[in-house]
Amino acid sequence: MSQQISNNIASDPRFLKFVAKRNSYSVIMTILGAVAYYGFILLVAFNKEFLGQKMGAGVTTVGVPIGVGVIVFTIIITWIYVRRANGEFDDEANEIIKGASK
Amino acid sequence: MTIKHIIAAVAALAVAGGAYAAGADLGQAQKQDINTTAIIMFAIFVAGTLWITKWAAAKTKSAADFYTAGGGITGFQNGLAIAGDYMSAASFLGISGLVFANGFDGLIFSIGWLVGWPIITFLMAERLRNLGKFTFADVAAYRFAQTPVRTFAAFSSLVVVAFYMIAQMVGAGQLIKILFGMEYIYAEIMVGIIMLMYVLFGGMTATTWVQIIKACMLLGGATFMAVSVLLQFGFSPENLFAKAVEVHAKKDAIMAPGALIKDPISAISVGMALMFGTAGLPHILQRFFTVPNAKEARKSVAWATTWIGYFYILTFIIGFGAITNLIANPGEFYVGGEIAKGLKGGGNMAAVHLSKAVGGDLFLGFISAVAFATILAVVAGLTLAGASAVSHDLYASVIKKGNCSSADELRVSKIATLCLGALAIFLGIAFEKENVAYMVMLAFTIACSGNFPVLFMSVLWKNCTTRGAVVGGFVGLILASVLTIGSASVWEAVLHYPKGSAWFPYNSAALFSMSAAFFTIWLVSVLDNSEQAKKERALYPDQQIRSETGVGAAGASGH
Repeated sequence: MSQQISNNIASDPRFLKFVAKRNSYSVIMTILGAVAYYGFILLVAFNKEFLGQKMGAGVTTVGVPIGVGVIVFTIIITWIYVRRANGEFDDEANEIIKGASK
Repeated sequence: MTIKHIIAAVAALAVAGGAYAAGADLGQAQKQDINTTAIIMFAIFVAGTLWITKWAAAKTKSAADFYTAGGGITGFQNGLAIAGDYMSAASFLGISGLVFANGFDGLIFSIGWLVGWPIITFLMAERLRNLGKFTFADVAAYRFAQTPVRTFAAFSSLVVVAFYMIAQMVGAGQLIKILFGMEYIYAEIMVGIIMLMYVLFGGMTATTWVQIIKACMLLGGATFMAVSVLLQFGFSPENLFAKAVEVHAKKDAIMAPGALIKDPISAISVGMALMFGTAGLPHILQRFFTVPNAKEARKSVAWATTWIGYFYILTFIIGFGAITNLIANPGEFYVGGEIAKGLKGGGNMAAVHLSKAVGGDLFLGFISAVAFATILAVVAGLTLAGASAVSHDLYASVIKKGNCSSADELRVSKIATLCLGALAIFLGIAFEKENVAYMVMLAFTIACSGNFPVLFMSVLWKNCTTRGAVVGGFVGLILASVLTIGSASVWEAVLHYPKGSAWFPYNSAALFSMSAAFFTIWLVSVLDNSEQAKKERALYPDQQIRSETGVGAAGASGH
């Protein structure tokens, strides 16, 4: 049964297009995550002064919101991906599977 | 009591990636007075979780139940359990201790532990769930020759589990000495036996629920501490930081990056180990098979990322709260009442002392019990992953070539669990006086250089072959181990060669060993023109359909 569906999916031109679309989305999100993290680490390695600058009159430095921001950003991009993958992408995949099950 | 030794002992937990732990000599932590509240709280936790184990045992009938709770865990539950696996006592005590000592550097360090999660979400989660059944070797060996790939995966899993386990067991013993006032050897035996009861009788169902309960306790306790601290400062972080800068010996320096990152190569290499190592840890990967489908697998990582990120923000506040609360009261929290002599029990006790400052003895007891429960739960997850590698990969697939009944496999997995439990106790005792600070980092480095490249290439690269995967995987594993031995955190701190003689100059081998693994997999696969290789490449489209759509994936076992 599932072998038959699998064969049908293989001959459906939408399948590879779908995979390519979702993969490029994954790759873009991966790059976003990596840029945020390595950007932060390279700032730490090469420009400590920037992160150590005070914001306004207080003691809080620029590094604190940036650091916490990297954490929050990581969480947000994860949810954005999961929402799209669980919604739009899964619907599209189900369409393809449905087409192949006929 | 020698503070240096105690700090070093708990630094075994702190797993500071060699950066901080390098040079620390793991001595014996001083046994403290018996802490009755903590012991009662812990006893309640153990009683509760064993009751759950009894319930789980009734549901654990097949090998599928044992390995993956029959695939019946929801994404939200699994997310909490993954977070539980990941938020070890090391992160809680180590990172808050790091913030207490150095401020901002603690934040940098914690971010590194978070960034692997989106990578798992984007690249691995659903493919793992769609291709695998019980262990990550199911995924890696999907279209390859079973015997070599599974042998590699099982070996690599066991190595990762062993190093991770030793660090946890030694840390547990040292921590219990400080928190509960118990002897090291009894602590080891107790951790070993309770953990064995969870895994042996309740399998993945019990292990998952122990993780969930522990994660909730840890998140709840940490939230209470952070809110109490912010309450003292009218919920103004600026006021909290201002007070901390005023009282801390390092003044303004605690608000800026300090000495954590020395050279950019080490920074990137450590970052890679953390980022991709997470995607190669067998006990984390196994959690993806406990949910019914890819949708829930994605949800689990998103929840796990959320909880872990939230937790790291809390530890940052807790560390600063410890600065303002503990320094204000040296008589209670410092050795001999003198700040110069350091915190009672060592620098990693900052969060534990803060719990007393904000919540009295009762809350101190709670946090101590949570710290111990954390180790117990993590060790249980590791043992289960190790046992699965032995019974599912080595016994059922390599030795029996897939011809063995579920009951037979279950029996072997229980024997393997018992052996691993005994081994854990033995290693915990054997390594009591050794420096184990590098071991978690080594586990991450091997995971990102061995398991991750093999998984990644087998799933996403059509031309990958058995030969490429196995040779590349071993190259990564061996190089990761050898280069780590040559780095200062092992060569000088463990093997006692003179300072400056370490022949590998960076803090982490990951950049080199992981690249070498990927390159080797590529090269060997490209040069592989065997009949077997042609067959394997031809199987890729089928694998791709299953991995991308879930058609034919193992579902939740119905009973």
